[in-house]
Amino acid sequence: MKPAPFDLCLAESVADVTAALAEHGEAARILAGGQSLMAMLNMRLTEPQLVIDISGIPDLDRIEVGKDGITVGALVRQAELAAHEEAMAALPIIAEALTHVGHMQTRNRGTVCGSLAHADPSAELPLLLLLLGGHVTLASARGTRQVAASDFLVGMLSTARAPDEMVTHAHFPLPPKGARSGFREISRRHGDFAIVALGCIAQGNSVRLGIGGVADAPVAVDLGDVTPETLPEALNALAWRLGGYDDIHATARYRRELIRRIGRDLILETIA
Amino acid sequence: MKILKDGVKAPVTFSLNGEDIEGYAEPRTLLSDFLRHELGASGTHVACEHGVCGACTVSVDGKAVRSCLMLAAQAEGKDVQTIEGLSKGDEDFGDLQEAFHQRFALQCGFCTPGMLMTLASLKGTGRSYSEAEIRDALSGNICRCTGYREIVDAALDVLGDQVKA
Ligand SMILES: Cc1cc2nc3c(=O)[nH]c(=O)nc-3n(C[C@H](O)[C@H](O)[C@H](O)COP(=O)(O)OP(=O)(O)OC[C@H]3O[C@@H](n4cnc5c(N)ncnc54)[C@H](O)[C@@H]3O)c2cc1C
Ligand code: FES
Ligand code: FES
Repeated sequence: MKPAPFDLCLAESVADVTAALAEHGEAARILAGGQSLMAMLNMRLTEPQLVIDISGIPDLDRIEVGKDGITVGALVRQAELAAHEEAMAALPIIAEALTHVGHMQTRNRGTVCGSLAHADPSAELPLLLLLLGGHVTLASARGTRQVAASDFLVGMLSTARAPDEMVTHAHFPLPPKGARSGFREISRRHGDFAIVALGCIAQGNSVRLGIGGVADAPVAVDLGDVTPETLPEALNALAWRLGGYDDIHATARYRRELIRRIGRDLILETIA
Repeated sequence: MKILKDGVKAPVTFSLNGEDIEGYAEPRTLLSDFLRHELGASGTHVACEHGVCGACTVSVDGKAVRSCLMLAAQAEGKDVQTIEGLSKGDEDFGDLQEAFHQRFALQCGFCTPGMLMTLASLKGTGRSYSEAEIRDALSGNICRCTGYREIVDAALDVLGDQVKA
């Protein structure tokens, strides 16, 4: 199908975007990499009056690697982050997760911040932002603010972003020194959306586990010190707490079982 | 800041297979439709129109992308390569096409332009690719006929031992 008609704004600055959003609010949509929005437009799942193309804004394509983490601008493509050796050496868990985000052809255009703003419950990047305790920076005509991932990702395709706000940057903190990390995902085919995605950060035996694809937003929990003996019960309780959902890809029961099995394997390998 | 009005056709110019082109597109016109209907370059195929099948794959500034997930207006000033750019004519195939021919890597041929543009973007890097890497790249292109084996073989013929990285 083809998109319904819309006006197209070719923004040249963040101020252009925030002015247009202030005027049009929910009738406007930001177009970043288009790898989710263009499909939604083509299927007429959304029919905005104004589409704001942000791809011409300078300086938003930077990746900054600092002592405390990496910061990416709104135009950093998923493929560009994956190819950034310094950033990926600092956060190998993101390098691993990015190989699961769609395909090479979609990563060439899809942005990191677009994935966060889209907030698909099974998306890898929102899961990692939450697991690592990161934040996004939101800009509007009213000013800018930073919102922690835990406050930003509120539910299925929904975030704490106000209709007049744009995500300008995302910050992924480094795990504590000496911590180990791992990522595992089950999907129908490599590159498909995850049925369940799991990320794990371990300091010694103390584990923080992030889970995507089970609840209507990613979840991260501190499991404390785990042992091979205590882990099954902790994961079982977690699986029941999250519940899971049935869809055409998998049942809720299957999703819970993946948490128990893949979760156990991932955690034991990470702390080993 | 420029605003293009809904329903109004505005000029779009870019380089298509090395030649400067100009055409007119509404804001909502997809790059895939612009190539096919406005420029008559119908080698780029369209199937799902939501990014899943890869039939519409073209190269923009050297990167393989879905042309159904890009607006024509977003190609302004870019270097766009399509299947029409891979060979000089019907008798003069490029090496990827020749390998597809030799290996029987197509049956109905619907997916083939997209497959070839994905592979052309790998070829553009000048380095060699393993079978696993080729399969990973081709996972973004769906073929309903071949079962992929012949496509992977053809790709390996050309990309398996290109100049080393
Ligand atoms: C075949 C296919 C497979 C895929 N598989 C996966 C997968 O396995 N995992 C996965 O995570 N994703 C997957 N995706 C989606 C892909 O990762 C998208 O890139 C991502 O969801 C959106 O990023 P984008 O830059 O393309 O944003 P767009 O599509 O341009 O925008 C998406 C939404 O976010 C909003 N938005 C974008 N940028 C901003 C911003 N800076 N500020 C505020 N709002 C903004 C838009 O208005 C829109 O509502 C897949 C896509 C395709 C086509
Ligand atoms: S037509 Fe573009 S990906 Fe299927
Ligand atoms: S040859 Fe028919 S779809 Fe690939």
